[in-house]
Amino acid sequence: MGMSGSITHDIIQGPPRPPVEGGWEGGGGGGFEGRGAFRRASFTGLFVMLAASTMLFAAFTSAMVVRRGLSDDWASMAKPPILLLNTAILLASSLALDLARRALKSRNRARFNGWWTAGTTLGLLFLCGQALAWSQLNAAGVFISSNPSSSFFYVLTFAHAIHLLGGVTALLYVDVQAWRLRLGPAKRTVIDISAIFWHFLDGLWLYLMVLFYVWG
Amino acid sequence: MSAPTHLAHQAPQGFIRKYVFSLDHKVIGIQYYFLGLFSVFLGISLSLLMRFHMVNPEAKVSWFAHLWPTSAAGGMMSPELYLSLMTMHGTIMVFFVLTTVPQSGFGNYFLPLQIGAEDMAFPVLNMLSFWTTFLALVVMVSAFFVQGGAPLSGWTAYPPLSAAGRITGPGQGMGQTLWIASIAIFCGASLMGAINFIATTVDLRCKGMRLMRMPLTCWTWLVTAILALLGFAVLLAAGLLLILDRTVGTSFFIPGGLMISDQIIANHKGGSPLLWQHLFWFFGHPEVYIAILPGMGVTSHLLATFARKPVFGYKAMVYAILSLGFLGFLVWGHHMFMSGMNPYSAMAFSVLTMAIGVPSAIKTFNWIGTLWGGQIHFTAAMMFALGFVSLFVTGGLSGIFLGQPALDLYFHDTYFVVGHFHMIMGVAAIFGMFAGTFYWFPKMFGKMMNETLGKIHFFATFIGVYCIFMPMHFVGIAGTPRRYSDFSNVEYLAPLMPVQRFMTHAAYFTAAVQILFLINLFWSLWKGPKAPMNPWNSTSLEWTVPSPPPFDNFAGVHPVVNHGPYEFSVPGAPTDFIMQTDPPSVTSES
Repeated sequence: MGMSGSITHDIIQGPPRPPVEGGWEGGGGGGFEGRGAFRRASFTGLFVMLAASTMLFAAFTSAMVVRRGLSDDWASMAKPPILLLNTAILLASSLALDLARRALKSRNRARFNGWWTAGTTLGLLFLCGQALAWSQLNAAGVFISSNPSSSFFYVLTFAHAIHLLGGVTALLYVDVQAWRLRLGPAKRTVIDISAIFWHFLDGLWLYLMVLFYVWG
Repeated sequence: MSAPTHLAHQAPQGFIRKYVFSLDHKVIGIQYYFLGLFSVFLGISLSLLMRFHMVNPEAKVSWFAHLWPTSAAGGMMSPELYLSLMTMHGTIMVFFVLTTVPQSGFGNYFLPLQIGAEDMAFPVLNMLSFWTTFLALVVMVSAFFVQGGAPLSGWTAYPPLSAAGRITGPGQGMGQTLWIASIAIFCGASLMGAINFIATTVDLRCKGMRLMRMPLTCWTWLVTAILALLGFAVLLAAGLLLILDRTVGTSFFIPGGLMISDQIIANHKGGSPLLWQHLFWFFGHPEVYIAILPGMGVTSHLLATFARKPVFGYKAMVYAILSLGFLGFLVWGHHMFMSGMNPYSAMAFSVLTMAIGVPSAIKTFNWIGTLWGGQIHFTAAMMFALGFVSLFVTGGLSGIFLGQPALDLYFHDTYFVVGHFHMIMGVAAIFGMFAGTFYWFPKMFGKMMNETLGKIHFFATFIGVYCIFMPMHFVGIAGTPRRYSDFSNVEYLAPLMPVQRFMTHAAYFTAAVQILFLINLFWSLWKGPKAPMNPWNSTSLEWTVPSPPPFDNFAGVHPVVNHGPYEFSVPGAPTDFIMQTDPPSVTSES
């Protein structure tokens, strides 16, 4: 089965599907095609989960827009500059993961391990950076209940961090498997799933930053 | 992601892995079913207490005082206790019965079987989803046992009542917090379930099982899963914001200058209670379809099977299911006509609500078309399916009244609404579950249920529910407000008290005859005659395997589907039904 190298391919074209007689409509699913079916189901499950996460953040966003528009007590919160550094770190981690996937495609396991570890480390670093951002806000006396602006900032960044915690766990799992040389073909699905999830969180973060700086 | 356990199909050994933390979708389906069965009887008990109190407001019952020493001091139920019973009745019924049994129970058991898969796509996630639901139920029920008791704010939990804390009444402290926590946990469970249902339907269909060859049950489970996915994510967001308002002092939903119990709520300002209503009903309206769609699927499936005719207009049925799901997300505002919304918005929501009449009418028309000229076999399962059609029409028609903003202003806080939603969302969906139980019990447990007892149970329940809920429309039109615990001192309602008493007695009767169902269920489990492989001469895949099916469903055989799901009475065929797996040569597909 062909590995797709780039995130854009996965998102636009969907995950690679093994040839099924008659295609998706004609041949049915193929529930007994072993790993092919599981790989496809995993991608479907991932995209369905991303839809749920999108709805969660859409609900928060619409609450924010409504709450901001309905009352006159909105005072825009000062954003700690470290957020910009965190953004760069997160972007770099996504880049590292995709370089890792490219390395795997060209069968360079050592380079895969290096880049994947780099991506994972940067992911953990982002979480630390977020913790630092919250503690800076705390020290400046900006709490969750201070103002609706800060309420939404804490809620959205925290919800994002919870998602990220799940993502980092997946990255760490792949990393440990990689260093223990247990990265057989069966693990490719896990690699692709966790990388795409990570890219999604990356995009989500960029969206949140725009939201905070424009509306927050 | 969970490991691909469904690829290695060794049956688990040991009681715990087999029956408790099972990965088998069939066991998980049965677990959901019994969780729902427990919940439904709990919910019924609460409603009986409410009906009792409504017609005996002064009664002193000694065991009330034992159960609720503070809120039923001296054995007399307080209005607050009544409201907490109402809240818990609604919540338990909506979430742990109507959402759980038709989708997670029957859907879990029969989706993989009907599409020819060995299991759900993610068995571990499936198990987690059940035990998370179980945890949510435990947390919900525990609200009865904390200080102040269960919350008072209804299953819709409108703020500021639900947000401002203990000051708003007993049960609004810890009880309300537990309620929100339980709902948030339930949201997580539903999201996990929805992911599994969608991935399974999209990717694990067996060879030949085209989308347009899926039984209508599978279509409704798929669309229900999509609704649950999008709806519960939003409810989760709303629940998290509500819990923050209660615990850390944010003001998402609590406005400023609020005065509760002679105290000014000083530490909140600027929040919007209407924001909660929008978020809640964006979930809440699709939730109605989450409850009813699987019942529609079962009804379509059974009408065809027991009328020995193909479903009339299969494709139209599929498109009706899809458009019901789609429209379900555009009409939440019709729950909020009372909120002072812009009349133009109300009109838009009203027109969209009326549009739901189109797919609903298509479904009803096609059900009748399916029955028309059929050789109807009046089994207990078929009777409940027919009962579903009746209740769906009755409950749906009153919805047309409520969809008019001008009429809703009058009806909204009356028993008319209570009658409406119990008919269509409550009882119709429960008839769908009964139909599913009588139809699938042989497959699930390998035993037949007693048909005679089933028919007696059907007639008694059918008459009973109409006696409870039809008069509610009339007392509603006459102006009886809902959510009140006591009408005895209201002069203009005094002439209606005999009707209230009639409804209460009908409720006692209907609840009592459910014991017939329990007897039938459990007696058949132990002593029922052995079920053959295909007792109803049905066509779908679950009837091609033994009853109950083996651990991996098809015993290692890969089913190949050659026929549509409803090929009954095909001219030239040797029998009056063609199984989906029969060779194509039996007769050509129309």
